[in-house]
Amino acid sequence: MDKVMSNKGIIALYVLPALLVVLTIIYIPIALTAYYGLNKWNGIGQPSFIGLDNYTKLLGDAAFWGSAWHSLLLAVFSTLSLLLYLAVAMVLASKIRGANLFRKIYLIPMLLSSIAIAQLWLRMYHPTNGIVNTLLETLGFSDPPAWLSEPKLVLFALFVPILWQYAGFYILIYYAAIKNIPAQMEEAAKIDGASSLQIAWKIKLPLIMEVVKVTVVLAVVGSLKYFDLIYVMTDGGPFGSSEVMASYMYKIAFRTFDFGYGSAISFFLLIICLAATWVIRRFTATKDPIEYS
Amino acid sequence: MLPKAATPSVKPRPAAGFRPIGFSLLYAVLILVAALQLLPLVWLFFFSLKNNQEVFNLPPLSLPVQFRWENYQKVWEAGNINVYFFNSVWITLAATALTIMLGGLATFAITRMKWRLSSFVLGLFMVAIMIPVHSTLIQLFSMFNKAGLTDHPLSLILSYVAFNLPITIMIMLGFYYALPKEVEEAAIMDGCSIHRLFFQIVLPMTSSVIATTAIINMIYNWNEFIFVNTFISSDSLKTLTVGVQNFVGQYTTDWGSIGATLVISILPILVMFLFLSNQIMEGITAGSVKG
Repeated sequence: MDKVMSNKGIIALYVLPALLVVLTIIYIPIALTAYYGLNKWNGIGQPSFIGLDNYTKLLGDAAFWGSAWHSLLLAVFSTLSLLLYLAVAMVLASKIRGANLFRKIYLIPMLLSSIAIAQLWLRMYHPTNGIVNTLLETLGFSDPPAWLSEPKLVLFALFVPILWQYAGFYILIYYAAIKNIPAQMEEAAKIDGASSLQIAWKIKLPLIMEVVKVTVVLAVVGSLKYFDLIYVMTDGGPFGSSEVMASYMYKIAFRTFDFGYGSAISFFLLIICLAATWVIRRFTATKDPIEYS
Repeated sequence: MLPKAATPSVKPRPAAGFRPIGFSLLYAVLILVAALQLLPLVWLFFFSLKNNQEVFNLPPLSLPVQFRWENYQKVWEAGNINVYFFNSVWITLAATALTIMLGGLATFAITRMKWRLSSFVLGLFMVAIMIPVHSTLIQLFSMFNKAGLTDHPLSLILSYVAFNLPITIMIMLGFYYALPKEVEEAAIMDGCSIHRLFFQIVLPMTSSVIATTAIINMIYNWNEFIFVNTFISSDSLKTLTVGVQNFVGQYTTDWGSIGATLVISILPILVMFLFLSNQIMEGITAGSVKG
């Protein structure tokens, strides 16, 4: 039995195809990104080694730091919006009739392609015919702004569809976690006279804290590397006022064909994402089990 | 990730049940959120059936005066949408099938077979989940370029398989660990080969997780944009996401055609959700680590 199940040839035959694909398509490019980030390279000719010059350039690149600031803002807004989703999930999980239907409706935008969503919201924000401004005008706001061409508004206007797209996803995750809590917990608290709000805040929330941490990591890292809607809807404009790190990298690499500098930004983006994961995990680590007094 | 067991003892308070007013307020909030999630899509569907004059002159959420299905007919052929659509279908299916196959084989070897490096290899797959697609993009492009695979469907299929394998394996793991050992013991005793054990016994036993992973793979692949946008340049090889993007870019003023194109691109997923919503929700919860 053991001999059959440790047949090296078969193990290799089963594991290697998957492993080789992942190594070739994910790990090798990452290693190359690290290396080419230290080179001057236009993607076609010979790369020439320039040490840390690309990173020195990155430190002084105001356009990049502007985009990093926008990514950070998105991370902050995404994380704050989690509170809202958590509240909705709490309500949904409290024996609401039709909870399942609500959950499904909330999830729909997340299943659709970012391109379709981006194109749809481009129309929604259309200055004269979009539903956003027509509704505002109906409500009595005369002369509503052209949301996507105002440098001061555009970033926040873009956050709306991004949050809209992912709301159902987080609600679904929180809902599943809350439903996992043993029913005795809630019953015991109810017998002790706790209100619904107290049960939600003092019993359910601590019990799903691990899941909340995972979603914070997802929201922060997802925001830091965010690309799709912004690339399609504004391409970082007007004048870089909605540029984020990934869209800036894409521009440097595939518009100006500065593959060396682009690689440096790519690698920096990877480091930031990994560091953010580590920092959030580190600072939210619970040393002691939850105590109730 | 199971919540830690704790014995809460909340101070006794006067009982406070649901107040009807508070309850209907909560309900109103839930309905409002649902409306916000659906309204844009309803609006999209409506304007996909209107002509420009109707889009500009009628209130935004009014029903189309006359359902202009010809918008759909027009873009399906004139807009190349049929080509993009079939490219999306076969590339999505091919990549999904390959991912499930490779993922199943690897998970089987990692969980059921005995070898020294198994946990290290599993670690490699799990760490890959955290690597952002964008950090590999430039080098992938230049690698495919050197291999003559840019503007070739293989560049897409390979990328989809690689980036979906880790999450697929992660979801499969639990199911494979839970398989009873007796099954494989009995099979091997009876002289069944490992290949037959895997293909004829294990695969059917894990069909539910295959369905779950297949569904989320299909959704990810169908919606993928950045690889197609970067690797593919010929119109005949583009998938719907990039095709829609190009088409809409060309016909910025024809709202009905744009709406019809967008509806066509999201419809397969919506129909799938209608019939398989529970499996989809399960898959998304299970695969929630993927950003």
